[in-house]
Amino acid sequence: MSLVVKNLLKQYGSQNAVNAISFRVEAGEIVGFLGPNGAGKSTTMKIATGYVPPTSGEVSVAGFDVTTHPLEVKKITGYLPEHNPLYTDMYVHEYLGFVGRLYGIHGKALKSRVQEMVELCGLTIEQNKKIETLSKGYRQRVGLAQALIHNPKVLILDEPTTGLDPNQILEIRSLIKSISKNKTVIFSTHIMQEVSALCDRVIVINKGELVADDSLSNLMKLQGKSISLVVEFEGVVDDHELGKISGVNNVVKLDHSKFRVYVNEGADVRPEIFRYAADRKLSLLGLKQEEGSLENIFRELTAKQEA
Amino acid sequence: MIRVLTKEFNSFLNSLIAYVVIGVFLTGMGLLMWVFPETSVLDYGYADMDTLFSLGPYVFIFLIPAITMRSFAEERKSGTMELLLTKPLTDWDIILGKFLACFLLVLFALLPTVIYYFSVSALGNPAGNIDTPGVIGSYVGLALLAGVFCSIGIVASSITSNQIVAFILAAFLCFIVFSGFESMSTLNVWSANALLIKQLGILYHYEALSKGLIDSRDVIYFISVGALMLLISKIILSARSW
Repeated sequence: MSLVVKNLLKQYGSQNAVNAISFRVEAGEIVGFLGPNGAGKSTTMKIATGYVPPTSGEVSVAGFDVTTHPLEVKKITGYLPEHNPLYTDMYVHEYLGFVGRLYGIHGKALKSRVQEMVELCGLTIEQNKKIETLSKGYRQRVGLAQALIHNPKVLILDEPTTGLDPNQILEIRSLIKSISKNKTVIFSTHIMQEVSALCDRVIVINKGELVADDSLSNLMKLQGKSISLVVEFEGVVDDHELGKISGVNNVVKLDHSKFRVYVNEGADVRPEIFRYAADRKLSLLGLKQEEGSLENIFRELTAKQEA
Repeated sequence: MIRVLTKEFNSFLNSLIAYVVIGVFLTGMGLLMWVFPETSVLDYGYADMDTLFSLGPYVFIFLIPAITMRSFAEERKSGTMELLLTKPLTDWDIILGKFLACFLLVLFALLPTVIYYFSVSALGNPAGNIDTPGVIGSYVGLALLAGVFCSIGIVASSITSNQIVAFILAAFLCFIVFSGFESMSTLNVWSANALLIKQLGILYHYEALSKGLIDSRDVIYFISVGALMLLISKIILSARSW
């Protein structure tokens, strides 16, 4: 069940919220959808779920076009909206039952399915409460439970872990991981660790434009070109001398004795720096290698267009 | 559609809305029918139910917008519209479900007034001397009028996310459609078209029905106005202008 987005364009007034984005997500893939606030992540998801019509371009889920066959798409899609709207005057069971019936689940099947969801999403203790009395974390679980109740083939989650405490984040994450088998999952997030914990592939958009669509390891490699070291000495050191060490590309002075050293691709200059310090009888206080982290990749990709 | 209807109706029952609506309507009508001397059947001396059928529409002008105002406005405000619109439901499912839930609630409020018919009938001299076809026609008219008011309320609710705006707009539109055209037709500018203007309003058709003659033209009028209103809300909903 693939999700295909082709030349998707959404205009609000004269502003392009989403500007000619194309990508596809295959069955069984978990794709992380990244981008700064206002990049167009939520808009893309809202179009894919049929909530907002696109200005032009098309989105198809499992071969069904969202604009021409919305019902078929909605039947196989589970969606957790960004602000997780819920009917707060309903009880947990009542609400899940209502959503289940909307997907055409009836009678005993519905009852067992609701129970299953309650257990899967860790709602057992809170299952007999009204939704309005639940805390944010539990509401988020209810939102997730309603998105999963009809065993959707495609799961679209808009920032599923915002506002949760670290334990809850881990739980929700492992929940997504465990249910994602044989499903197409696309979720948006700001948390980079989440992406590395869950995703096979990352799609980064910025200001409505697609800036990266690649596997995590490829993106890491891309970033790997500019590995840097943070070196700290005891005493004053001339940064020009550091720059002369072979393999060093550039040196930035952070402090009178602290430097960020950019290294040429493939070079490991740590032994050289150690020898440099030993030759001058300087004490080396710190030597830390900073690998291309996802945060850096994110910053680099999304900063490009501002320049 | 049934799912939305059940959900809406349950939320009427689970909140106070249903009980307040039915309670206020019946108390108000009961007072007007039997207690207040100016309108009371007992003081009036004739065995008919004109009080209910002539004042009922005015009570509905305030009561029905109060029922319908939340239907779309609240969902838009709380964001649950997104939830409903991303479920396998057509726009018509949602609109008709909400409309029928409101309509049903009004009919439930109207139902107990049937007792008045039997009371008035028993009080007649000789007993049972009441214009039964007239009462039936009036009930049909009042039910159809309630339907049109509900559809107007749904439109008003679908264009705003503010319930108070929805209420005021709906009450105003109900008033205009009910008696506005009638009053407008008395202006001295229409000459021969005055009757046409009059026929655009509900009152003309409502009065025709209350004579006990259920004319298909009047029924079709009510159904078309209701359908037109629901069609407008469908267009508004389909535009997804948020």
